[in-house]
Amino acid sequence: MAFLDFVPNLGRQVLLTIPNLGAAARFLLRSLVAVINRHFSIQQLLKQVYGFGVRSLLLMIVAAFFTGMVLGFQGYYALVRFGATSALGTLVALSLLRELGPVLTALLFAGRAGSALTAEISSMKATEQLNAMEMMAVNPFAWVVAPRLWAGIIVVPILCAIFDLVGIFGGYLISVPVLGVDGGTFWAQMQSNVTFSGDILTGLFKALCFGLVVTWIAAWQGYAAQPTAEGVGNATTRSVVTASLAVLGLDFILTAFLFT
Amino acid sequence: MEKRAIDWWVGIFVLLGIAALVVLALRVGNLSGFAYNDGYVLHADFTNVGSLKVRSPVRLGGVTIGEVTHIGMDPKTFMANVTMRIEPKVKLPTDTGASIYTEGLLGEQYVAVQPGGMPQDLKPGGTITMTQSAVNIDQLIGQMVFDKASGSK
Repeated sequence: MAFLDFVPNLGRQVLLTIPNLGAAARFLLRSLVAVINRHFSIQQLLKQVYGFGVRSLLLMIVAAFFTGMVLGFQGYYALVRFGATSALGTLVALSLLRELGPVLTALLFAGRAGSALTAEISSMKATEQLNAMEMMAVNPFAWVVAPRLWAGIIVVPILCAIFDLVGIFGGYLISVPVLGVDGGTFWAQMQSNVTFSGDILTGLFKALCFGLVVTWIAAWQGYAAQPTAEGVGNATTRSVVTASLAVLGLDFILTAFLFT
Repeated sequence: MEKRAIDWWVGIFVLLGIAALVVLALRVGNLSGFAYNDGYVLHADFTNVGSLKVRSPVRLGGVTIGEVTHIGMDPKTFMANVTMRIEPKVKLPTDTGASIYTEGLLGEQYVAVQPGGMPQDLKPGGTITMTQSAVNIDQLIGQMVFDKASGSK
């Protein structure tokens, strides 16, 4: 019996998901275009950049520092068996620049800023503030959603660049002074194997895509939430889960396209 | 006042991001390594370049004097064509030789040039004719095993 329920449920889910995706895409377009609306204010954008970026900075720095140090340790013990510790700098830098920097930044950002964003927008909806704005002829896309979306797109690559740098520094601190890898080799091998456009810029491009996707999902989950106290909670949970999975999935696709 | 504080923080945040990118570019990505931009170009044909890569160093007596800028294949001679950029102050004689060596046992490969004694210098765009290809360890081992086997008979 349970199996017989499964088939129509699957069909219903598909039928519900497709229009949802369409609505989410329209939501994204309306919000991105809302920059030219007269209700879009730079002040609002700066406020969101402050909230998303400046206030996540400490979290990112601490996370990056520890990630880099762990990479240094693990890489050293893996490479020392082959006498190839000279490649440690390359290993730390490439892992951070290509994968760990963008992905970890985006995942932390989804937890730190995405959840707050969903909670904010969904409780605005629950308390009918969004409706009130429309009554006052203020476009809620331009006033509420667009500044947050653009702030996400701006903030995540910046956070990622800082994450990469702090992570590499953490890796250096473990490799050279603690484990005794030669400092000159560490930097020279890194420099001869890392390219600016191929590794650093593509990593930041990944971060930009993740910033867009995470804030998009967070804002959409908030906007589409049930306008109840329970709905706000559900939307926040869903926002973090969906955004994290989307980042990991998108990372695979981007890697397949960018690094071939 | 509150607004001004936010503006300041956002400004500092963006500057931090730009500074991080600049440090990454210079310190990690070695964008400053394009110091050979004003250098002149030389070519060399090898039968086998091994795992030589673009941006591998070109060395003379262990000192880096340039970098590999392009590796291609000549469809007529089936030789691998390596294009290098050399520091302008280093003038190499026409009978200069080029070899591909490995840094240590597992290290990176680089082009080593050995200057000859001719009075004329190689012109920009010139070709180094005396070349020695990368050592293929598999081939060496195969040869050694083969020699051992045939020698014991």
